[in-house]
Amino acid sequence: MAAIEIDSVDKSFGKIRALQDVSVTIEDGELFGFIGPDGAGKTTLFRIITTLIKPDSGRVSVLGRNAIDHYYELRALLGYMPGKFSLYSDLSVRENIDFFAGVFKTTLQENYELVEPIYSQLEKFENRLAGALSGGMKQKLALSCALIHKPKLLVLDEPTTGVDAVSRQEFWNMLQDLNKKGLTIIISTPYMDEAEKCERVALIDEGKIMQIDTPQNIVRSFGKVLYAVKAKNAYNLINALRDFEHAESVQPFGEYLHYIDKRDEIDTNEIVRYLESAGIKDVEMHKIEPVIEDSFIRLMSK
Amino acid sequence: MRDSVIVTKNLTRKFGDFAAVDKISFDVKKGEIFGFLGANGAGKTTAIRMLIGVLKPTSGEATVAGHDVYKESEAIKREIGYMSQKFSLYQDLTVQENIRLYGGIYGLSMKSIREKSDELVEILGLQDVRHKRISSLPLGWKQKLAFSVAIMHEPAIVFLDEPTGGVDPIIRRQFWELIYKTSNEGTTVFVTTHYMDEAEYCDRVTIMVDGRIEAIGRPNELKEKFSASDIEDVFVELARGAKRAD
Repeated sequence: MAAIEIDSVDKSFGKIRALQDVSVTIEDGELFGFIGPDGAGKTTLFRIITTLIKPDSGRVSVLGRNAIDHYYELRALLGYMPGKFSLYSDLSVRENIDFFAGVFKTTLQENYELVEPIYSQLEKFENRLAGALSGGMKQKLALSCALIHKPKLLVLDEPTTGVDAVSRQEFWNMLQDLNKKGLTIIISTPYMDEAEKCERVALIDEGKIMQIDTPQNIVRSFGKVLYAVKAKNAYNLINALRDFEHAESVQPFGEYLHYIDKRDEIDTNEIVRYLESAGIKDVEMHKIEPVIEDSFIRLMSK
Repeated sequence: MRDSVIVTKNLTRKFGDFAAVDKISFDVKKGEIFGFLGANGAGKTTAIRMLIGVLKPTSGEATVAGHDVYKESEAIKREIGYMSQKFSLYQDLTVQENIRLYGGIYGLSMKSIREKSDELVEILGLQDVRHKRISSLPLGWKQKLAFSVAIMHEPAIVFLDEPTGGVDPIIRRQFWELIYKTSNEGTTVFVTTHYMDEAEYCDRVTIMVDGRIEAIGRPNELKEKFSASDIEDVFVELARGAKRAD
């Protein structure tokens, strides 16, 4: 059984078309990522999946139930961590978890085993107000609260935004452990490199899904040869390379630029010579494998 | 050697017994793109607040654009630009009104505000939305405008605090091109980010852990020194040992 089936969903807010003809199926037990920038439609889609808003048209089935007709029943089966910190800042850590457990008619003791790996890290701060926790701790508490009623599906909206690299890594390790135990997880993120931690991802931009596949297949279907180019002055290099008659795409990528040529076969020496004649010093150029972010940029530019 | 525009020596800020910033020493050269990295709570924001003249250090020395942070904080404020992710533009004012407001705050004449406005609107392609409120613009446009406004008075140094959070990968790159351009024109860029891949756009980076600078150098040097394939690995290696971390 598919955990989520979304078929031709549209949703507008006034003139803004937040989702346009979105279709995606997520299998039971998957760790599935929606990758896209702010404003792509990720939150709207998650609010539809969690029964908080209705689509204008299209069908949505979650855990085998129609999300509009069976919203009440579904809410008890979903764990949802919204993008904005939405715990009670003036309740303590323990009060927050007891509150969320109470809403779902359970207790911390009853489901302790499930949240233990995460909640145990918070226990020494049980009496601290949630508002006084650090960013990474807030995130762990929010995840504990979303898990406390033993949901069948975990929905996480940008849980790692604004969180530092160490906390992000820890958070993904926790998710992968939960997923191994059989929990279906959907997660959204603006960090392209997090795509690689998911089994499958959907690349989403301006309300449309551009591609759905495994991270490996997305990169494999890039379809163009990619080059990394570096020189002494990055800014002059960008401008010179953009002026090159055969240039299709020039994008800064850390210390290198990523370059795509309009032609299928090229001689890198020719380009190096062109750059040197344009006054660019210390040019270095070599072929590289694309990453998800290259694919995303290419799809967006189409 | 190029001139240094920021010099700190044992710069420290304590809150009670807690040393938020603990004896940091570094210098930043004119026109350099300087990446300032650290885990949440490492002390980055406290350090920046001292450098922009809004927080007095407890001890140590620092000069910014040649001015002493203890005695000449007002002079510092005139020589720098500042942009934060959370707050930079007034949402209820239009593009034009924001440019005029900031131009006025930075003490530009009406004539140069007019010229700068036309120039900014043209470069950023904002002709159609010039008289629209900021709140109606996409995040990426706002961030590019906020940056341009922060450098309209041609400061010696611009401080950018997580300027690219949440924006799409194309806009992020356009943003970094603006940074390259600014640096090329001689303005020093001091930038913090949570995207570790962005550290590699910088000329040099520092990594702060528990109030101290644990690493400083060119991205390549740091990768070599820590035998890491990217800056993220260097960062995680250093920040894992943090006591203050989450």
